[in-house]
Amino acid sequence: MSFDLPLVWAAIIAFGIIMYVVLDGFDLGIGILFPLVRGPEDRDAMMNSVAPVWDGNETWMVLGGAALFGAFPLAYALLLSALYMPLIVMLLALIFRGVAFEFRFKAKRSRFLWDWSFAFGSILTAFAQGISLGAFIQGIAVTNRQYAGGPFDWLTPFSLCIGLGLVAGYATLGCGWLILKTEGELQRRCFKLMLPLAAILLLFIALASLWTPLLNARISARWFSMPNLLYLAPVPILVAVAAFLLWRSIVNRRDAQPFLLALALFLLGYAGLAISLWPFIVPPSVTIWDAAAPSASQSFMLVGMLILIPVILAYTVYSYWVFRGKVRGGYHE
Amino acid sequence: MFGLEAVELARIQFAFTIAFHIMFPAFTIGLASYLAVLEGLWLLTGRAPFRNLARYWSKIFALTFGMGVVSGVVMSYQFGTNWSRLSDIAGPVLGPLLSYEVLTAFFLEAGFLGIMLFGWNRVGKRLHFFATCMVAVGTLISAFWILSANSWMHTPQGHAMVDGRFVPVDWFEIVFNPSFPYRLAHMVLAAYLTTAFIVGAVGAWHLLRDRRDEPARIMFSMAMWMAALVAPIQIVAGDLHGLNTLKYQPAKVAAMEGHWETQKGAPLILFGWPDMKREETRWAIEIPKLGSLILTHEWDGEIKGLKSWAKEDRPNPAIVFWSFRIMVASGLFMMLVGALSLWLRWRKRLYDGRLFHRLCVLSGPIGLVAILAGWITTEVGRQPWVVYGLLRTRDAVSPIPAATVGTSLILFVVVYAFVFGAGIYYLLKLMRAAVPVVAHAPESSARMRPMAAAPPADNMPAAPSPEKRP
Repeated sequence: MSFDLPLVWAAIIAFGIIMYVVLDGFDLGIGILFPLVRGPEDRDAMMNSVAPVWDGNETWMVLGGAALFGAFPLAYALLLSALYMPLIVMLLALIFRGVAFEFRFKAKRSRFLWDWSFAFGSILTAFAQGISLGAFIQGIAVTNRQYAGGPFDWLTPFSLCIGLGLVAGYATLGCGWLILKTEGELQRRCFKLMLPLAAILLLFIALASLWTPLLNARISARWFSMPNLLYLAPVPILVAVAAFLLWRSIVNRRDAQPFLLALALFLLGYAGLAISLWPFIVPPSVTIWDAAAPSASQSFMLVGMLILIPVILAYTVYSYWVFRGKVRGGYHE
Repeated sequence: MFGLEAVELARIQFAFTIAFHIMFPAFTIGLASYLAVLEGLWLLTGRAPFRNLARYWSKIFALTFGMGVVSGVVMSYQFGTNWSRLSDIAGPVLGPLLSYEVLTAFFLEAGFLGIMLFGWNRVGKRLHFFATCMVAVGTLISAFWILSANSWMHTPQGHAMVDGRFVPVDWFEIVFNPSFPYRLAHMVLAAYLTTAFIVGAVGAWHLLRDRRDEPARIMFSMAMWMAALVAPIQIVAGDLHGLNTLKYQPAKVAAMEGHWETQKGAPLILFGWPDMKREETRWAIEIPKLGSLILTHEWDGEIKGLKSWAKEDRPNPAIVFWSFRIMVASGLFMMLVGALSLWLRWRKRLYDGRLFHRLCVLSGPIGLVAILAGWITTEVGRQPWVVYGLLRTRDAVSPIPAATVGTSLILFVVVYAFVFGAGIYYLLKLMRAAVPVVAHAPESSARMRPMAAAPPADNMPAAPSPEKRP
């Protein structure tokens, strides 16, 4: 086995992260949209559209963490201790979001409490994740394999901006999912929301795309030098195309396209990030090879991943298929 | 903060979050298997009470499992946030084990949980049963991997040290390290016992209201069989675990038993107060020779005392001695309850013994008490090591200021108290309601109503009406 294990693992972790972002993205998006939809039946429908699948969706984040721990332990150690506060906030927010699924249906007089828990938890999770992403892009201070910065290094205007962008992004995904899974008045409402949400998302994508190179000369050089500019130009071009198609799909009231195109925007943004940050797993100084676990760890994990990920995807798809179609009434029990 | 250092605060935070977390899988591991059994019995016999019991406990399962998931996510990230040095140094060994836990267990549970909870009307009976079984299997696989990882920290093997970091050499040796089989058996049995006593308490509660309540009788009987059969097995498993611990972690055993001097034919110190400063166990009540007999299975076996180790290498015996006693007392109590249930059953008074039923209601949480006490014993007993003999806890902590950790600790305490307090309140509300007696049901979504449809136990007797057969 003489292939580049750390490279393979970087690809796997990247896959795990995008799976998480997309799947939990729309779950969280639904929570973010909660304050905008007031009717109790509508809220029930929104939660029911993800109630059977949210746990599996969130598990991709647990996989991301565990896989990082096993394949790039130095990166796991550095990133999690450097991003301590936003991650703790995220974990607490996830608790509020997660229990809301169960508690809300058990509560009668206090249901409003768990509505709030669901919305607040989702918004705060997205915001904390975005801040973490922003801080990650900006770079982490490292000395002697340990985090060398302060407890507030993550807090900057850039990271706050990315935080807001991710909230908008998840909301867009959530709205697209609801267009797919609901009908009638709720679906109409979502079509109306989708356009402004997508617009806000695109605004943040543009903002992040312009600001990130300003932060970092290396990133700026990667994008704006020749011939890179030619090779990488498809990314912003595709973003523009996807945005246009998204607008058309909303105008034409398509069921599935809005969600799929919002997904495409996320994937393109993610690709852009990967292009900017490659090969650093802890920007700006730790590469994937620096942080890699010994090959004995990476190969042991690889066997399992290669066998099990297809199996997991198979029964995940099956589970979504069992709950296919529009959400009609409640089936929570 | 509070006069505590960052490492002490990090330890308290980890202990707090994991103590809360463990209570949920301690119940759901057994409960998932119980649901599979109930559903299997329904498929085999067609008797409605089994299906009604399955539906009843399914709601309780959903609530508990959800709390287990969100508290579990906290644990998987806390290694990195608060124990970054452990993560860097031991990540190559621990990380893959936890990854396998996610790949083989968490996804399995999560993937089939949706069908199990919400898919009653969407898939056939056999497929639904398969989903329930997959969730149950997932909980057990999860226990396998996490206990393997934790056991490796207690009895490390199969690795090498390169540049001060652990490198895996033999994964079979790592996974099946010396203490793993004992700790796995002990914990799984503990989980089943925990579930047995909670189910028994709920059954007893409903029997006290109406001793003819058929589902209550069924679940009470099943729970008491579990208690009667499993508690003695657990005592044996615990004993074997103790032998293994004596071999690999003698300092922990010395602390558990409150022994300071090395001796052959050591007494069993029943009660006392181990005093770290004075290096003696004060006010000790002892039974001669019994200590060696229990710990080594020989009257004159040698037990090393805490003084055999340098002061900085000793775990805290005051904590470990007492947590161990609480655990053993709980275990013996469970065995007693199981034995009593057998006697009552023989006298045909299992469903009539009101005093016994009251005892069972009060004993509901005993499994959780035993598990918490046991985990305190084993983890505090591992100190000052995080990887026994190789890495000290204080060298494994993240370079984060005490104030930061103190803040997160306070946040965890407040959020957990509120959220899990509410969760336990809803759980108790569900348990107070009797098992609805539904005749062979039409395949409608009417059954799917949330708890609002269950008759409140106070103003409606749970008297079973004759079931209408179609």
